[in-house]
Amino acid sequence: MDTFVQQLINGLTVGSIYALIALGYTMVYGILRLINFAHGDIYMVGAYAGFILAAQLGFAANPGMFGLAVTLIGSMVIAGLIGMAIERFAYRPVRKYSRMTTLITAIGMSLFLENLFVVIFSPTPRSFPQLMQNQNYTLFGNAAISKTQILIFAVSIALMVLLQWVIYRTKVGTAMRAVSFNLNSAKLMGINTDFIIAFTFALGSALAAAGGVLTAQYNPKIDPLMGIITGLKAFVAAVLGGIGNIPGAVLGGLLIGAAETFVVGYGQNIGIPSTYRDAVAFSILILVLLFRPAGLLGSTVQEKV
Amino acid sequence: MASFLKGLLAAVVIVGLLLVMNALLSREGLFGFGLPGVDDYTARLLVFIGINITLAVSLNLINGFTGQFSIGHAGFMAVGAYASAYITVYHGKAIEASLSGFVGETVAHALVLLLVVLVGALVAALAGLIVGIPSLRLRGDYLAIVTLGFAEIIRIVILNIDVVGGATGLTVPGYADFFWVGIFAVITIIVVRNIVRSDMGRALVSIREDELAAEAMGINTTRYKVVSFVISSAFAGVAGVLFAHYNKFLSTNDFTFIKSFELIIMIVLGGMGSITGAVLGAIVITVLPEILRRLPEVGGYNLADLRLVIYSALLILTMIFRPQGILGTREFGLNWLRRPQKRPAGDEAVGADKGVPIAEQSTEETIKERDNR
Repeated sequence: MDTFVQQLINGLTVGSIYALIALGYTMVYGILRLINFAHGDIYMVGAYAGFILAAQLGFAANPGMFGLAVTLIGSMVIAGLIGMAIERFAYRPVRKYSRMTTLITAIGMSLFLENLFVVIFSPTPRSFPQLMQNQNYTLFGNAAISKTQILIFAVSIALMVLLQWVIYRTKVGTAMRAVSFNLNSAKLMGINTDFIIAFTFALGSALAAAGGVLTAQYNPKIDPLMGIITGLKAFVAAVLGGIGNIPGAVLGGLLIGAAETFVVGYGQNIGIPSTYRDAVAFSILILVLLFRPAGLLGSTVQEKV
Repeated sequence: MASFLKGLLAAVVIVGLLLVMNALLSREGLFGFGLPGVDDYTARLLVFIGINITLAVSLNLINGFTGQFSIGHAGFMAVGAYASAYITVYHGKAIEASLSGFVGETVAHALVLLLVVLVGALVAALAGLIVGIPSLRLRGDYLAIVTLGFAEIIRIVILNIDVVGGATGLTVPGYADFFWVGIFAVITIIVVRNIVRSDMGRALVSIREDELAAEAMGINTTRYKVVSFVISSAFAGVAGVLFAHYNKFLSTNDFTFIKSFELIIMIVLGGMGSITGAVLGAIVITVLPEILRRLPEVGGYNLADLRLVIYSALLILTMIFRPQGILGTREFGLNWLRRPQKRPAGDEAVGADKGVPIAEQSTEETIKERDNR
């Protein structure tokens, strides 16, 4: 029982990070029907932005809650701006073309960010400074939760609530929902769709960057290719929940994070070696899509003839 | 009869050309004719171009002509590569020895390769069938992510099979050379071309253009989608076999989704729904990184270090300025040399101005030409 609770806590920690990244995938997809393959790399960019901020502003030397908050918010702002720039210069010019073209542009952007960061920071992993004194709290029995894990839960929940508020309670959020419902009608209603799309990219990128900094607190090794696998799994999480659906992305992220940890923890008992960890997300996805082709919370759109 | 003779002549010419090139690519060259061979680097590059042509042209059948968004081609390539390597690594010598008693060593060597190519194709086709039947019910991006997922699962499963090397990789005997790579690239092109020009090809293109309408016209869309997926997977398997037995080493890192993406880039860059486009895309994407490797030093910066950054930037710029790919849906050929065909007015394909792939026009022309004769 103790190990079960422990695995669950660890799984939900990883899952929260997947959820934060999945939100960006799902929002961009909801509005543009674009699989933004560069989104996983934005998560990496966010981690590096935090790394530089922490080093330049001296938070690495004397850690504390203030330094952590500044690093987190700072890297979110930087990543948001980079996300907007990517949308403006790479995605907007190809928006009117076929889906394949936009997809290749996204893959190109992903390769561009990875290779650019390899050139700038070298492929060797960097060690991200601990910005907060870590500490373990015993829950009951032998199950423990660390301060970093509490931080990850708290920040992700806060950001998700904030996102929900932005989307359902503000004017720009209403506009986002309108654009995702029908871009052209939204334009006819006087919504500045270009601005809304840019705003969506900024929002998604900021969430991914938060995921990057939080991951770096949990597992302090960052490298330019860290976004590939994590990004892919987050995307799988978004599809699993029903792409375009915001609560679905969170659900998918938590589910995949937990399932992965359980396979690593308990897999040996039923004959699944832990090396299958990276296949878990895809297997769940395929199984779910066979029975619910639009994801867990997605709704099937009836095709019109 | 005339067309049969023409085909036979073409086959003889192609085989002859490939044999000459194969000799040129060996270290010895065609010394009998005073021609030295090329270096290993160039030879290797040409072989990889051939393998990538096989992959891109077969992927184009499912993505470009049938319009089904599959990004798991590397998985089927891996299936073919590992299935065939298992045979040659553990039984290759025995099979070759028993065959060479009947037909001589050279032929036995070739027969082993042909045998494993067949096995690789069949196993990959089976994998394609198993993956295709459930996945092809899904549409668009859902299909894309499921094919990608299956490919990654295949890779991770292979990674956990110790008998084919697992994480350490597998050393494979070298049975393939440029000649065989060339032959199978040509076979792939011919088969895909003939499928596209047959009534099956018409059905596939109609599915791409409008699946609902195709179904309403009585086309069994699921069946056609699965069949084209299986054929496409089989050729990916063939490419995998050739890769394994030319490269002489297999690692699952060669078959990640990055490889699938590279193949998608080839067909989009060349022009979706164009066979010659896929060939062109395969050549460009294989050669471009090697050209960028030779970039000069400018102002103290070695531009060659930036080659992958430049490569991805070029990719994005191509998509912005040439979204339909280099050839679009057109085919590059020698047709323009012949006298121009008058097209009846109003023959423009529907949707020609929307930038979406349209029904292959050159095929229409060729068929009309044939009917006129």
